Amino acid sequence: MTVFFQSLVNALQWGSFYALIALGYSMVYGVLMLFNFAHGDVFMVGAYISFIVATALTALAAAGTIAIPGWVVLLLTIVCAMMLNAIVGIIIERVGYRPLREAPRASAAITGLMIGIILETGVLAIMGAQRAKFPSLIQSVTYDVGGVFITNKKIMIVLVSIVLMLALDQFVKKTKWGMAMRAMAFDYTVVPLMGVPANVIAALTFAIGSGLAASAGCLFGVAYPVLDPYMGIVFGWKAFVAAILGGRGSILGATLAGFLLGFIEIFVALIFPSTMRDFIAYSIILLILTFRPHGFFGEPHSARLRL
Amino acid sequence: MPLLEIKDLSIRFGGLQAVKNYNLTMNPGDIRGLIGPNGAGKTTVFNMMTGILTPTEGQVLLNNWSIEGFQPYQIAARGIGRTFQNLCLWRHMTVLEHVKMACYSKITYGLFGAFFGGARRKREETQMTNKAMDLLALVKLDQFADQLVGNLPYGAQRRMEIARALATDPKILLLDEPTAGMNPEELDQIMEIIRLVHGEYKMAILLIEHRLKFVMELCERIQALVFGEVIAEGEPEEIRNHPQVIEAYLGKEIEY
Repeated sequence: MTVFFQSLVNALQWGSFYALIALGYSMVYGVLMLFNFAHGDVFMVGAYISFIVATALTALAAAGTIAIPGWVVLLLTIVCAMMLNAIVGIIIERVGYRPLREAPRASAAITGLMIGIILETGVLAIMGAQRAKFPSLIQSVTYDVGGVFITNKKIMIVLVSIVLMLALDQFVKKTKWGMAMRAMAFDYTVVPLMGVPANVIAALTFAIGSGLAASAGCLFGVAYPVLDPYMGIVFGWKAFVAAILGGRGSILGATLAGFLLGFIEIFVALIFPSTMRDFIAYSIILLILTFRPHGFFGEPHSARLRL
Repeated sequence: MPLLEIKDLSIRFGGLQAVKNYNLTMNPGDIRGLIGPNGAGKTTVFNMMTGILTPTEGQVLLNNWSIEGFQPYQIAARGIGRTFQNLCLWRHMTVLEHVKMACYSKITYGLFGAFFGGARRKREETQMTNKAMDLLALVKLDQFADQLVGNLPYGAQRRMEIARALATDPKILLLDEPTAGMNPEELDQIMEIIRLVHGEYKMAILLIEHRLKFVMELCERIQALVFGEVIAEGEPEEIRNHPQVIEAYLGKEIEY
């Protein structure tokens, strides 16, 4: 039983990463009808931006310029990384996707793959081939809850993820931009005639997706402090699977499927040898998709952004 | 100074001259009709007026402001509102959300305010909701405000489109076949609503219509467009008896 709960805690943390990244895939698809295949690498860039910000802030704190506790540094890092990565997302949309708005979908998919390679090799060129060591911002504290070990980092990761997801939910549900995103999912022609700048909404969609990916990158760095330029590839693919499993365009779907993916991976590893983890986990998901090809909250003829 | 001035508007798609030398002058409170057979270029005129298509020649002036070089969203925000021949709806959104969406350019709170600017956001949102509800009451849809728009009957969706166009605070309202596919009962309703909008808001309205009875009852002046050219212009009575219009458009269907 303790093993079960221990795995549950781990799965929640692991699922948070998938969910945060899957949201970016699903939102962009829901609004613009294209998958941003560079999104896994956007996550990686977010992790590296977090690494740079965190390292700089820690250095400043160590030099005595500013005396701030680790928690504050972490919070600042997340906020800065999200904002900077949002800019990265806006640039990707402007340079990579906007010129292809009317082009066949395959062109946009290939653009995504190319942008991914550019990001990977760009980070490789700038940061070097050696792995980056994410600074330890907060002291790890382990709580023993009836035999289940919960670290403060895990609590923080899950909490931050949930707060961000709730904020996104409110944003899409309540604000004028959220409404515009949901409307844009249906057409590019009519929405501008209601006085809505469609290009701004498209850029904003990318910005939010990239911001969420950066938060995942930062939290990932806190939990697994070793970064390399190719870390985004497999992670990106898995989060993409979560976005499909949740149902394209569905915010709730992407969130739940992200967590489900985390659960499946962790529990498969609990039962089977860890070398077989992904083999079995993704066979299970393939099976689920056989019976629900549109995902949990997907609709056969529509993949529009919805809550 | 007229509210709207269109001078020699022309557009060519490759070898096809879709609209040629279209002229129109409208003052505040005018209600005009644009008739013509299918493919005559009526919707093309609307598309050029709203910035979806760029005319090959000519200009559109709204209060002496040329729309040339502006994006559709900017033109819409400056006061040209329209509805569509084929309904353009966002099925996953409620009726109220549709109308509020059209208030987009009037909402001033920023991204930061969306999360942290509680009072201002709330005030603006309430204002917009009230405005949207008023417009929905005008088109008699206020009791369906929270319904998904896809669940409404066809005639009601059409009326919702008018409310949505009005929410952009247009100075001139372009209605593209507002009665397409409607039954007689819905027809009376939509006529009443257009009269109300015209009467209460003193709104300038330009109407594309196929139903001649409808357009002749509503409009003060009518233009007939055939193959992209205006072949007749005048009061309903003149248009009805204009030989070229009868020949090109009415055919044998002069039942009244």
